[in-house]
Amino acid sequence: MGIFPFIVAAWILIAGLYGIVTSRHLVHQIVCLIVVQSSTYVLLLGVGYKRGAAAPYFSDIPVHTPAVDPVVQALALTDVVVEAAVTALLLAFAIQAHKRFGTLDPQELVQFKG
Amino acid sequence: MTPAVRRWVFLAGAAGLAAFYVWGLTGLPGFGNYPGPYGDMINRIAVAQTKATGVVSAINFEYRGFDTLGEEFILFTAAIGVATVLRHLRGERERPARDEAIDRNVPAASDAVRMVSLILVGPTLLMGWFLTSHAQTSPSGGFQGGVVLATSFVLIYLAGEFLVFRRISPLDVTDAVGAVGAAGFAAVGLTAVAMGLPYLSNYLPLGSTPGAVSSSGTIALISFFVGIEVAAAFILIVSELLDQTLLFRQESR
Repeated sequence: MGIFPFIVAAWILIAGLYGIVTSRHLVHQIVCLIVVQSSTYVLLLGVGYKRGAAAPYFSDIPVHTPAVDPVVQALALTDVVVEAAVTALLLAFAIQAHKRFGTLDPQELVQFKG
Repeated sequence: MTPAVRRWVFLAGAAGLAAFYVWGLTGLPGFGNYPGPYGDMINRIAVAQTKATGVVSAINFEYRGFDTLGEEFILFTAAIGVATVLRHLRGERERPARDEAIDRNVPAASDAVRMVSLILVGPTLLMGWFLTSHAQTSPSGGFQGGVVLATSFVLIYLAGEFLVFRRISPLDVTDAVGAVGAAGFAAVGLTAVAMGLPYLSNYLPLGSTPGAVSSSGTIALISFFVGIEVAAAFILIVSELLDQTLLFRQESR
């Protein structure tokens, strides 16, 4: 049980990478990249978790209550929003690739140059 | 490289990655045994130091403010990238989307969708502002609030027409708001420099009650700027992508 969440993170990472490598569609490939990135959330939040601790918000609990690591949560938070924006950029590239080459299959797109 | 070869190369690499990963895990303290001390220390001092009870926001907008500035500019750059990549190319002109899909019957949005979207616009907008302005007290802040704010504009699109969406959030205004948000964050930091303090120092009065909306000085201010920047960036991205449905490419290569 001690390392189970980290194994889950590794599994998500490798499953996503497998999807990227074998993908036959750009949009699918972008979704796989999101899956890869999700593994970092599991890892970050898993690293910062403290058994029996509260959330790092002290509005309604005493300040000295043990709380989980807030730093990794802050990292995951900005990551989520930035990921969404970067995904949009990648989708925009996919739209242009389809306009230009008429295909969204990465393995066919390799044949085109420039 | 054939797909089969590619798969085998990947599987070999993945096996190696997994082996090193498991090896690395053996050195980690197990799940639930966070060793600290960084997080514990911030949890202990953040409320007294910043008067913000939301420690995650305190980290984002104060302790790691400079890092967040970079994150915000990634978002800003991505939005500019979408606008640039999807700009109108030669040979493209606008045309109603329905002409393009003659053989396809696009059903109109149902009354239920329009109704629910319309009802949700107000509460979503309010929720967005609430999240943006309560970074210092609760699990919220500019990033979450900005996305919710942008959602309320997307609901307007769902409730009505694309043209209404565009009239309510014209691109020039959206661009300007996004720029103000991004520049505002940087300016908050530079103001500190002008006052002879380190960049992004918290120079505003912190207030006396931890967790009050008016507390925590620049944390609330930066959260506000981040909120409008995120909202503008997402509205820009959504409208650029929707724009594509109106494009018609004249010459096919």
